[in-house]
Amino acid sequence: MDANFAQRRRRDLIMAFCLAVIAALVPLFVKDVYVQNIMVLTLMYAALSQSWNILSGYCGQISLGHALYFGLGAYTTALLFTKFGVLPWFGMLAGGAISALIAMALGYPCFRLRGHYFVIATIVIAEIALLLFQNWDWAGAALGIDIPVRGDSWLKFQFARSKLPYFYFALALACIAWFVTWWLEDSKWGYWWRAVKDNPDAAESLGVVVFNSKMGAAAVSAFLVAVGGSFYAQFVSYIDPESVMGFQFSLLMALPAVLGGIGTLWGPVLGAVILIPLTELTRSFVGGSGRGVDLIVYGTLIVAISLALPKGLVSVFSLFPWRKEAAR
Amino acid sequence: MTAETIIQSLASGLLMGLLYGLIAAGLALIFGLMDVVNFAHGEFLMIAMYATFFLFAFFAIDPLLAAPLVAAALFVFGAVVYLLVVRFAVRAKANAGMVQIFSTFGLAIVMRGLAQFFFTPDYRSVTHSWLGGKTVSVAGIFLPEPQLIGAMVSIAAFVALYFFINRTDFGRALEATREDAGAVALVGIDKNRVFALGWGLGAALVGLAGAIMAIFFYIYPDVGASFALIAYVTVALGGFGSVFGAFAGGIIVGLVEASTALILPPSLKSVGIYAVYLLVVFIRPRGLFGSM
Repeated sequence: MDANFAQRRRRDLIMAFCLAVIAALVPLFVKDVYVQNIMVLTLMYAALSQSWNILSGYCGQISLGHALYFGLGAYTTALLFTKFGVLPWFGMLAGGAISALIAMALGYPCFRLRGHYFVIATIVIAEIALLLFQNWDWAGAALGIDIPVRGDSWLKFQFARSKLPYFYFALALACIAWFVTWWLEDSKWGYWWRAVKDNPDAAESLGVVVFNSKMGAAAVSAFLVAVGGSFYAQFVSYIDPESVMGFQFSLLMALPAVLGGIGTLWGPVLGAVILIPLTELTRSFVGGSGRGVDLIVYGTLIVAISLALPKGLVSVFSLFPWRKEAAR
Repeated sequence: MTAETIIQSLASGLLMGLLYGLIAAGLALIFGLMDVVNFAHGEFLMIAMYATFFLFAFFAIDPLLAAPLVAAALFVFGAVVYLLVVRFAVRAKANAGMVQIFSTFGLAIVMRGLAQFFFTPDYRSVTHSWLGGKTVSVAGIFLPEPQLIGAMVSIAAFVALYFFINRTDFGRALEATREDAGAVALVGIDKNRVFALGWGLGAALVGLAGAIMAIFFYIYPDVGASFALIAYVTVALGGFGSVFGAFAGGIIVGLVEASTALILPPSLKSVGIYAVYLLVVFIRPRGLFGSM
């Protein structure tokens, strides 16, 4: 490993630490609940997109069905809590584990597929799960599940009055997802994934176990996304199939990474920090009319960024001289 | 469940399947030509349906007469989309696949937003037309006329497409560009022009489908989304790169959907389609007739 790369990684870690500390201090000054809500969502999407990026960005297996794992996380936590009284903390881990297992079970046949056949398979599988949940009476069918809120409690991870605990949990989740990515970037897996993304046949011939690499990426990615789903269920305290497993979630998870810079460490964070507040603000300022102006703004932004900056918003930063040197 | 109900629903499934094939034809054509999946395909269908609706509402033109007009309008629209958006997307030097997916996806969102803005989210329908609500009875089986005519239009369109691709100069240029977009420049074919015409043709096909769908389906800004996924599955099932695979794919999708509805509750009828797609690609990773 060359010195520049090691130096860059150290700098990334320090920068992440500083950003996390600054982010943690923000709520001390920003008391507005509406703004805090946007901050929670931004952090959650940063975490989700970072996790999505592991499979789709680093390993190059573009999934547009990650809503499945998000929904599984949300449903596992909510069902365990409402039906069996299992605390959400365990539900979160259970949801993550179930999602990781399902991701591998689905990966087994799906990772043989390439290109658009794979993308469509991921969409279709998430759609099947959505339809099944909509028809599964025990799990509340299309009506979904109301998670009873009985006052603030860390044990049950629910807070009726304050958004702050959710904020700090979302921040922790975003940090964990970032750190896992950072750590994997320089691990054997990280190198394998990039090799698989660039040229699976060449990678295979050089001794990379392509199939296992994909499975590993899928499991890590699904686990983290499911934890995000569990968090979301607690945060909104009401879930239904369309709102946690709908196709739009798969997209919302992918967009920050794609616009920020797919397969990069900072892309998902940057994308989420720009995209989510912008979406929420356009929605509340112009979207209230129900006339689709928010969609027009949002869609134009996606077209413009993907055409103008195919490497994502992070590529703007490489224009700075010190970054350019580090990127070399 | 009697034999009659089974035959009845398979017959309607077949008709619907031919329409699915027509909806998917443009998608398959564009993909075959330049390896780009148009993620705004459903929205192309949506504006075709709106165009049909407004021709009916303002000029009292029956959807059947409107169909060629709508197809022509969509031809222009498709070519313009290529020239304004897709042309730049295919030039991307990094992450080409992602850029194509998300630039057309962004376009889909913009189109949906514009439809909500100008046409409101209200559900609209063509309230009376020559075919709307009518059925014919063939040997005791009732067939809805709009779907029946739609199926015939679909067959006619595929036959025309076959002759067009195989027998005309433009069709040959299309095939040649598909084979090697770089080499055709040497024989004086402007690749951008062929691509623009390909997009126009693909959009015109979905325009034709939209005009017929407008007879018997509600028209609203999100209507494309419900058909887009079916169209992708149809094309992938047939195999990307094969226009006639889309024809076969459409028929299979229609029949599977109808048979699923016989067995499972109606809300689960799409599960059958998706399951068949997975089954097919797990066995044949490039679809039934895919050449890619």
